[in-house]
Amino acid sequence: MRRRVIALLLGVLGLVALTLGAGAAPAQAASGASVAGVLVNEGAPVPNVAITVSATGFTQTVKSGPDGAWKVELPKSGSYKVSLDETTLPPGVVLSDPSKNNLSVLAFGGMPATVQFRFGSGTVATESFLDKFLQLFANGILFGLVIALAGVGLSLIYGTTGLTNFAHGELITLGALTTYFFDVVLEWNFFASVVLSLLCCAVLGYVQDKILWKPLRRRGTGLIAMLVVSIGLGVFLRYVFLFIFGGGTRQFRSFNGQEGIAIGPVDVTAKNLIGAAVAVLLLCITAWWLMKTRLGKASRAVSDNPALASSSGIDVERVINVVWILGATLAAFSGILLAMSQGANWAMGFSILLLVFAGATLGGFGTAFGALVGSLVVGIIIELSTLFIPPELKNVGALVVLIVILLIRPQGILGRRERVG
Amino acid sequence: MDWGFILSQTLTQAIAPIAIVYCLAAIGLNVHFGYTGLLNFGQAAFLAMGAYGLAVTVTRFNLPWWLGIIVGLVLTVILALLLGIPTLRLRADYLAIVTIAAAEIVRLFARSVTFRETLGGSDGINGFSNSFFSSLNPFSRQEPYTFGPIHFANGDVLFMFLIGWALIAIASLVVWLAMRSPWGRVIKGIREDEDAVRSLGKNVYSYKMQALVFGGVLGCLGGFVFALANASVQPDNYASDLTYFAWLIMILGGAARVGGPILGAMIFWGLLTLVVETLKNATASAIIPESILRTDQVGQIQFMLVGLGLMLLMIFRPQGILGDKKELALDARR
Repeated sequence: MRRRVIALLLGVLGLVALTLGAGAAPAQAASGASVAGVLVNEGAPVPNVAITVSATGFTQTVKSGPDGAWKVELPKSGSYKVSLDETTLPPGVVLSDPSKNNLSVLAFGGMPATVQFRFGSGTVATESFLDKFLQLFANGILFGLVIALAGVGLSLIYGTTGLTNFAHGELITLGALTTYFFDVVLEWNFFASVVLSLLCCAVLGYVQDKILWKPLRRRGTGLIAMLVVSIGLGVFLRYVFLFIFGGGTRQFRSFNGQEGIAIGPVDVTAKNLIGAAVAVLLLCITAWWLMKTRLGKASRAVSDNPALASSSGIDVERVINVVWILGATLAAFSGILLAMSQGANWAMGFSILLLVFAGATLGGFGTAFGALVGSLVVGIIIELSTLFIPPELKNVGALVVLIVILLIRPQGILGRRERVG
Repeated sequence: MDWGFILSQTLTQAIAPIAIVYCLAAIGLNVHFGYTGLLNFGQAAFLAMGAYGLAVTVTRFNLPWWLGIIVGLVLTVILALLLGIPTLRLRADYLAIVTIAAAEIVRLFARSVTFRETLGGSDGINGFSNSFFSSLNPFSRQEPYTFGPIHFANGDVLFMFLIGWALIAIASLVVWLAMRSPWGRVIKGIREDEDAVRSLGKNVYSYKMQALVFGGVLGCLGGFVFALANASVQPDNYASDLTYFAWLIMILGGAARVGGPILGAMIFWGLLTLVVETLKNATASAIIPESILRTDQVGQIQFMLVGLGLMLLMIFRPQGILGDKKELALDARR
């Protein structure tokens, strides 16, 4: 029963991400757009169900095949309504949430846009408030870890170089897309794919700093100019991803539709549990690196005062370079974690970038531990807010919290007053 | 390759209502960033306020269009105050984060199913422009108008074109007058050195707020033109892409120059149309094979060029075409 709740939540999350991402895409006059899906109830396909896809001037009804699959070819890209005729469902199968029948979907050329209908017996309404609260709290911690991985890197880069990196979201996306490439396109082992993808992103972090940011620092380019450059880089990379990867959301080969494990009242899938454990491990290693190693200490010194650090013999450029590698790797893992639960998408990084900023700002910009705490708080707030507001507006809640925090305590939870200016 | 059509499109788009919309947005940004040094990355939200204020007032409350314009302007001022109060006392990049977040909040609200009744959801709102055009437009509303290579689909577009350029002229004049007044000198002083201006006894916070409202209102005018020229408002037209385009236009033309946004908008839309139409033509007539570029991917190339353009301009020529490099010594961390 809780499995369906989490499946529903993930479905909604995926749909929101899909519409968010696709919403930013330019209108394209493409043929080859289609909508498709597979109807599955508790592992068994649901055949012969009528599904209607409609838009202004277009209506088509299809029946799901013996394997539960259905697909509708569309005349052009755009927004379509997908509805399921509940009277054609076999006895004993109902939609878990009847209000989720008439779904909107944005379809583009290339990959078919997928629509999932969830079946069950109205379990959502019967769950107690406390159970729902705990489940959402657990989801919030998971999502918070995703944000934190990206946020710590963002904060470290900001701390050492002063750059507010608006292209950080693209590092997140790249992590997910490279993993998709190794895992699905080349069909390599999933764990090898993850490791390779992290390596790729580490190299990209290194290269990005060497060929773009270091020369800019050397030229004495202002921080605001660099901020605008990072925005331009972000836009560029995002559309390169769209060009190569296409507009759809795609899943990794392994671990799809994994069964949840019940821990008390909370239901978690094994992949999320292991992902979260690795995330915590990575964050612990980062913390250890910052507190105990020579280079980590040096990076904190550079954050405090680059000129003083430089004059006391620290190789500032080397520290910055290492921080870029670390930041890119952490962001890549955040993207992989996100894609494992809601699929890989060309704009996934950009759609959570603002939440990463919210987390980093909440904790105190430039402080790595602050970013960690802030991100967890943001993740939990986002998930818990769905208890009171519609899920489609949950990100709005987090962004409002960001604005309120700036009003009350602009330096963030762990930030120091003088950093704010 | 139909070069006649491509060139005609290029010339038309360089001065068409779409260029006017982005030009007004960039004039507003120029007040924010070029003159005051405020990092507003949510200009799209100000345009959305104008467009939605007008559309909602006319369609949902059946009020006259001029009241819709007033509602749009009031909403813009309120948004500017909401954004400014928490951030203008802080370091410059906080405004960037908050404005980009606010623009996203506005768009998410506008396209949400929850507020579909009022804001129209992802389909947006239409049917509000009739009262405006039928009461004011002196041209035929059906027939196309052609002046040499320049082509207008109907009288409404021609009318919006004339109104739009009149608005640009007025806005530019007002900005020019404001920036050579004592008020403008304080504003430019804040961009150069906030602490110095503060030590002269000026209320920097208040001046920044005035500049934020001023630039927001100029952007809101662009929102009116956008809504009326399309005869509809759609939430995804007010995504962050609009803001990035406006930034590129401002920097291309030259920040802190009155003519910068105008020149920038014309060159930007002209060049963009030239590239996009040429690529579309080349893919349609199979000069570029399908395996390299599909027609539907041309739009993506356009965004890559915008991103790359923004980067390269900011690195190699931050003053744009008209600007003065010495005037824009930008730095956030003091």
